[in-house]
Amino acid sequence: MADFNVNVRGLGSVSVIDVKGYLDAHTAPQLENAFNQLINKNNYKVVVNFNDLSYISSAGLGVFMAYVETMRENKGDIKFSNMQDSVFNIFDLLGFPMLYEFYGDEKEAVNKFEKPE
Amino acid sequence: MNSKKKKINKELIVKSSTDNLAEIRSFVKEAAFESGFSNEVVHKISLSVDEACTNVIKHAYKFSPERDISIKTEFSNDKFIITITDSGDKFDPKLVPEPNLEEYHKQKKVGGLGMFLMKKLMDEVKYNTLSGNQNQVILVKYLAHSNAS
Repeated sequence: MADFNVNVRGLGSVSVIDVKGYLDAHTAPQLENAFNQLINKNNYKVVVNFNDLSYISSAGLGVFMAYVETMRENKGDIKFSNMQDSVFNIFDLLGFPMLYEFYGDEKEAVNKFEKPE
Repeated sequence: MNSKKKKINKELIVKSSTDNLAEIRSFVKEAAFESGFSNEVVHKISLSVDEACTNVIKHAYKFSPERDISIKTEFSNDKFIITITDSGDKFDPKLVPEPNLEEYHKQKKVGGLGMFLMKKLMDEVKYNTLSGNQNQVILVKYLAHSNAS
C-alpha cells in the first residue's frame, strides 16, 4: 500500500491542499476527490503544498492537468508551493513551468491570489 | 566497490493492481541501490518502472486486478536492465505519438505522459511482443553514464 494523505485547509478565499507521501496511480483518486469537493463548494483558488510529498508519477501530474482549466475558467487557479527538487524535476520534464506557477513558500502562492499584480 | 563484477538477477511477480505499485517500486529501488546507482538515479529508475507497470495495468489489463506482471532486474557489465512482462492486450508504441508538451496541456489529454517520462529518464526503452501473447517493456540504465552526469 502506498502511503498517501490529502488534507484541505481554508485560508481566506484560498484553499490549500496538503499532499503527503507517495502520489501514484493508486493514490491519485484521493487527490481527485479533494478537487471534486472544492469544485462542489465553488472553491476555485487552490494552492497545493508539496512540502511532505516525496514522490509523484504521471498519474499524479494528470490530476492537475484534468482540473486546472475548470479552476481557471472560474477565476481561480492551481498554484504549487514547497516542492522538493526530485518532485519538481518531474513537473519540469513534463513542461509544467510553462503553464503553472511554482512558489518556494505557501504564503507567497496564497498572496498571489489575494493581491494579483 | 566492485559493482562491475556483481551480477544481480531478481524477479518479482505481482497481481495487476495499482495497490502493488509501492511494492514494485521498493523491489526495483533495492536492486538499483545494490547495483551502485545514486539516490537520484534510483528515483528515476523506480519512477520509470512505476510508469511502465501503470501502463500495463491500465492498457494491457484494462484494470483487471488478478492478472500477473513480472518484473525482472539484471545487472552486469555496468548495465542495469529491467524487463516487465505481461500477457494482456498487445501494445504498439508507435501508436502513441510523442507529445508536444504545450499542445498537450491545452488539450487536457492525460495519456502518453508515462511513456514520455520513461524515455527521458532511462537510457533505453524497448517494446517487444513475444509468442504466447506476451508483451515486454525493457528499460536500461548504464551505471557509467548516470554517475558521470
